[in-house]
Amino acid sequence: MQLNTADAAFLVGDAAALAAMPGTPPLEPFSPRVLDLFDALSKALLSRPDVRRFPDLAALAFWCRRAAMEERRKPYLDGEFRLGRGMAFHIAPGNVPLNFAYSLAAGLLAGNANAVRLPSEPFPQAALVCAALEELLAGAFSDLRPYAACLRYPRESGLTEALSALCDARIIWGGDETVRRVRAFPLKPRAAEICFADRWSACVIDSGAYLAHADRDALARDFYNDTYLNDQRSCAAPRAVLWLGEREGEARADFWPRVEAIAATEYDWPAALAVAKREAFCRIAADCPGARLLTRGNLLVRVELPALTPAAMELHPGGGFFLETAAASLGALLPVCGEKCQTVTHYGVKREAFHAFLQTHRPRGADRMVPIGRALEFSLTWDGVDLIRRLSRAAVCEASVKEDPT
Amino acid sequence: MSAADRLWEDPPFGLAPDEKEKCFTEALADLTASHRRRCPPYRNILGALGFDPASARAPEEFPFLPVGLFKTLELCSVPPGEVARVVTSSGTSGQVPSKIYLDGPTADGQRRALAAIVSDFIGPDRLPMLVIDCPSVLRGGRFTARAAGVAGFASFGRGRTWALGDDMRPDLDAVSAFLETYGGKPFLLFGFTFLVWQFFEALAASGRAWDFQNGVLIHGGGWKTLADRAVGPGEFRRRLAEGFGLRRAHDYYGMAEQTGSIFMACERGHLHVSAFSDLFVRRASDFSLCETGEEGILQVQSILPESYPGHSLLTEDRGVLLGEDGCPCGRRGKYFAVLGRLKAAELRGCSDTYAAEHG
Repeated sequence: MQLNTADAAFLVGDAAALAAMPGTPPLEPFSPRVLDLFDALSKALLSRPDVRRFPDLAALAFWCRRAAMEERRKPYLDGEFRLGRGMAFHIAPGNVPLNFAYSLAAGLLAGNANAVRLPSEPFPQAALVCAALEELLAGAFSDLRPYAACLRYPRESGLTEALSALCDARIIWGGDETVRRVRAFPLKPRAAEICFADRWSACVIDSGAYLAHADRDALARDFYNDTYLNDQRSCAAPRAVLWLGEREGEARADFWPRVEAIAATEYDWPAALAVAKREAFCRIAADCPGARLLTRGNLLVRVELPALTPAAMELHPGGGFFLETAAASLGALLPVCGEKCQTVTHYGVKREAFHAFLQTHRPRGADRMVPIGRALEFSLTWDGVDLIRRLSRAAVCEASVKEDPT
Repeated sequence: MSAADRLWEDPPFGLAPDEKEKCFTEALADLTASHRRRCPPYRNILGALGFDPASARAPEEFPFLPVGLFKTLELCSVPPGEVARVVTSSGTSGQVPSKIYLDGPTADGQRRALAAIVSDFIGPDRLPMLVIDCPSVLRGGRFTARAAGVAGFASFGRGRTWALGDDMRPDLDAVSAFLETYGGKPFLLFGFTFLVWQFFEALAASGRAWDFQNGVLIHGGGWKTLADRAVGPGEFRRRLAEGFGLRRAHDYYGMAEQTGSIFMACERGHLHVSAFSDLFVRRASDFSLCETGEEGILQVQSILPESYPGHSLLTEDRGVLLGEDGCPCGRRGKYFAVLGRLKAAELRGCSDTYAAEHG
């Protein structure tokens, strides 16, 4: 299929590199040059004076450091020979500004040439990352230039369809509706596809452990970053909090004012959100006789439920709206751990407790249990999918005659 | 005489504030209790709010429902057999419409309240009426808010002349015939604000001379479309007065969820609260009440909704309370201004914002 890039704006790479991608030879996963590139990108971002203005930019820079990459590489040093699939086409989401960079990183680390469609909203931190990457690929890393293109294009351009037909793997971020629309465009028969559909997340806090925490303001800060930072609309942002332990009343009374104090000084929200939150509360309460509105203000809205329900999770408006329930055990999480459940952030819950929960109930969802503060931290296993393995292929080489081990 | 009767008996803009509040509180208490008994989702919401019916001593203490709930919940307080009509509000195109369940008494109350309010502005006589809309608005299966408006106001007219053809363009011959027959004496014009503006723009472009100086215009439906074209109420009135001699124009504010108890603007452009309704302006931070003159979110109350729990609603509109009992037009009660819609909460979602870009 002919690639018409006349309407496309390239922020990284160029039309020639994009057009050549179907024939660009793949790389081995975690190839040294790719690790060099990310280390250089990390340094370039950290050297910028404005990196502190964007917590997500600093997090990306930190994520790209060589030491962090080496750590991530370890599970793949298993003697298997792998190569990238070829060309990966990424459709980045509109809700998390730097998600495109992590998706691109996964594609590169797996050994692919990557075409990334950027969302139309021009996030400033995304522009900074693209500029830094473009500078590296135009200079010291020109050998990797064939492996990355980040572009923006209007939907009428037909590029989503064209790139779908060319690529060897398609990665769709952005939720159910985006997945549905993009799936209308066929892939090559052997192409792989990873779809990140709409998910929700929850949080579990052990009240005794919480009250024993030495720095509860820091924990509240971490919780704030997991939720309010992306308007609580990232799939990984917890919508519900399950309180465990007998001192839950005391713990809740201590925790929420700390979160609200941070939101009061840092979270900027429109008046319409107050109405949207009240409406969501009413919709939830209308079907749930035991529900209770716990808050008077609209900056942080808490709704107590007798039990967490998928319907309540679904009606969530974002922007600082929390469903809450208290229970004796993790089992209370089960109703919202269907296939829509992605992340469970936690404090004071042991790994064995999660293992026991997963083994006992075998839920369809709950893909990652991470400490509070790390909900949005990107991992190469996302939504339960090992991106490196899914975006590469294994080449099996069996000996025909007995070979000496070397 | 019951509290609600008192509100019906007196002229709609004649009650002293303390008396109005006393009667209105009683009427709201009755409505709240009745809907609580008969509408389970409403009962659950009141329970979740921790509302104690015995504690409410003033209208502002009764809970409100966000008006958007009527789009997503089936809120009805009468058995299906008693529903006389379901009104669907068109809203913005492509959005889910509201569904309002009316029984006979509620629909009747809407008509009577509307008559009492409107005749306070245009007098008791039925006037010849030019409807600035097209006949097809009343056809079709759905009973839309626009149809409800046209049908509701039509009862104030004597006869009915449609000013627009079904292609939404002015029927110039019909309009000039109407003016020839009735233009010498007071007559009534009714239409949605944007359609009215379009109509007069088209008349101006026709090259003919038009005389509307005996006309009284009632128009509503909001200013959003005109605001997008930088036309505000001032420009609207000036244009009608200078171009067509039409000096009496009354804007009204209302919604399908509270049909009948509309808020009409006096000669000063102030929207007035009648005996059938109350109005509050609330802060986004915690829904506390704004001071007079302080901009906030509008809450509207009405004693008319008996068949659905729409007697206290939080709108998505911004507004400001201008005063109470002090309007130079002489009407008693609160008066206010609507400042437009709340800016939509554009939160970035996992799905909703981005899907539209793919095709």
